[in-house]
Amino acid sequence: MPKLIKDGVIVENTWALIAKPEGDAAEVAVPAGQVIVPLSVWVAQKAQLQTRADVGVWLDSDEVAESIGEEANHFPIIGVNFPGFMDGRAFSTARLLRERYGFKGELRAVGNFIRDQLCYLRRCGVNAFAFANPEADLEIAVKSLNDFNEYYQASVDQPLPLFRRRA
Amino acid sequence: MYIYDEYDNSILRQRVAQFRDQTERFLAGDLPPEQFLPLRLQNGLYVQRLAPMLRINVPYGMVNSVQIRKLAHIARHYDKGYCHVSTRQNIQYNWPDLTEVPDILSELADVGMHGTQSSGNCIRNTTSDQFAGVAEDEIIDPRPYCEIIRQWSSFHPEFAFLPRKFKIAVTGSEKDRAAVQVHDIGLQLILKDSGEIGFKVYVGGGLGRTPVIGSVIREFLPEEDLLSYLEAILRVYNLSGRRDNKYKARIKILVRAVTPEVFAQKVEAEWEHMKDGYSKLTRAEIERAKGFFTEPAYETIDNAAAQAGVDAQAADSIAFSKWLQRNVRGHRVAGYAAVTLSLKPTGVAPGDITDGQLEIIADLADEFSFGEARTTHEQNIVLADVKKSDLFALWQKCKVAGFATPNIGTITDIICCPGGDFCSLANAKSIPIAEAIQRQFEDLDYVYDLGDIDLNISGCMNACGHHHVGHIGILGVDKSGKEFYQVQLGGSASNDASLGDVLGPSFGAEVMPEVIQKLVNVYVENRTDEELFIDTYRRIGAAPFKERVYAKAN
Repeated sequence: MPKLIKDGVIVENTWALIAKPEGDAAEVAVPAGQVIVPLSVWVAQKAQLQTRADVGVWLDSDEVAESIGEEANHFPIIGVNFPGFMDGRAFSTARLLRERYGFKGELRAVGNFIRDQLCYLRRCGVNAFAFANPEADLEIAVKSLNDFNEYYQASVDQPLPLFRRRA
Repeated sequence: MYIYDEYDNSILRQRVAQFRDQTERFLAGDLPPEQFLPLRLQNGLYVQRLAPMLRINVPYGMVNSVQIRKLAHIARHYDKGYCHVSTRQNIQYNWPDLTEVPDILSELADVGMHGTQSSGNCIRNTTSDQFAGVAEDEIIDPRPYCEIIRQWSSFHPEFAFLPRKFKIAVTGSEKDRAAVQVHDIGLQLILKDSGEIGFKVYVGGGLGRTPVIGSVIREFLPEEDLLSYLEAILRVYNLSGRRDNKYKARIKILVRAVTPEVFAQKVEAEWEHMKDGYSKLTRAEIERAKGFFTEPAYETIDNAAAQAGVDAQAADSIAFSKWLQRNVRGHRVAGYAAVTLSLKPTGVAPGDITDGQLEIIADLADEFSFGEARTTHEQNIVLADVKKSDLFALWQKCKVAGFATPNIGTITDIICCPGGDFCSLANAKSIPIAEAIQRQFEDLDYVYDLGDIDLNISGCMNACGHHHVGHIGILGVDKSGKEFYQVQLGGSASNDASLGDVLGPSFGAEVMPEVIQKLVNVYVENRTDEELFIDTYRRIGAAPFKERVYAKAN
């Protein structure tokens, strides 16, 4: 089973990620077990899926946090996708899910982010990291989570900006 | 000026360690070039035509003598003995060795300097007025706010992978010397009659291939809301700015696409959620920041006596009086003056400075200006707090060091990007054009008679030389492998900001001095007594200039 980084440790990835459908999202067969479905599938099949406790959703970089909004805490897990690592929209989406919609569950980066983004992603509220690249060395990558341990500005991990904490 | 404390130092040290690790992984082949690219850019490192280029931030242009000596040391030990003052007040090294960059950054961190976010798709160094704190027309000193912005924007976790680069400028004077209307965000400090301090907020200005004057999205933003409002603007941009085309990714394109009114509404809606959060500035933090920019230990000086002394020296020396006229300006404190050291002598690339000259500037700063200096976006150096009674002695030392060229604000004080001699983006060389024009205008009395003329040169449409806002702007273009130069007239980066109009077909390098001479001749023949070049152009329009330069000899 593939692994990922969650809360700073390497664990088994027990969730299956369903790719975006090319056809009608209502027609996608969502298997049993822990699955993370694309937003379009969730929207199309919400009536059936919302009765399940083992269904999460993932947002592509052009899908905004508001599309889940107040429903965020319905999900045990939400994914934010990086189509490419230079597409930084997920940083804002993650913060909005945590800070505006109070999401408490697992917030997972998926896709093509890179190790060197882990610290900033953690600061924005992401607590799980599933690299699309199967070659990613998680043992080494986990070190980047703590590239910094002091920060100027407020974020999810430290809501008080330095100017409110400076001795 | 601002002094790093243990927090600043600790954060910067972690950054240096992070980049050293990234560089080592790249050199070992563990970090692919396409992933290393944005990481090195966000530490100031470009790969240029001939070698890497390392850009070091000078936050809002403020630098002290200890830092200047370190910059000299870096130039001498890691580079070829010189560096370059950029058009965004930063310092650039043109010949560092990639493997030594972590060591350079470590040495710079010793004096609180770095290249963090000096490049890449992130929030860049905040720029400001080189006469901040001393200008006679200043309403509020912008530097404390610049420092607050510096801290907020440094290592901001949400905004390190924006659609494109992002530049903020702040001004606090009646006359805008920071060109705030051509920045992604421009902030103009406002003091209300009630004593309340805040900002007029411009957004979506910029140069580059699509030059735009910024739009006002808020007439008055209370000072304590500065960071939350900036965060709201950046978030709207991060989520909505275009990412499909790098040439359409700047915030100006987004603002124009949705209209400034709609953009302002989006920002206000976002800000509603955030404005009363922890990022709201406290009185204590604003006061703390202001505490770093208090007055140095000015002496109480009889201004009339000091001025009489200077006048007497000027009466004995025409050269000194010319320098006073162009390179020295008033100061809000009696008996003091602000002095600009010209980095634009003919024959030296505009803004270039040697290691030895840097050390002389450090010495001059220590001797004459409380140990501080400023870089300017016009690519000169300012000593902001010089006693009038010291001006003659300072001038003599400047002459020896090569800083006394009395040309500030004139046609030979050219803003010029490094161009095709160094930059891999450039379509054409810019430095030789600047030199040829300087040689055309070597008669100082004639140059003074012409008065203030902003002549700006960019080697490509990325516009690092700010050609759109020069009274005379020159843009290098490539036509089937040959270098040509397009001329624009009527630009301004001041309060009356405007973008220049393209005059017509471009010219070969060899005729450029002659073309500029003809343009100047049209001005001289048409001006009224009070008019500067830009005024005459605005009054008579482009036609007489076009006729002159495109007239056929036969």
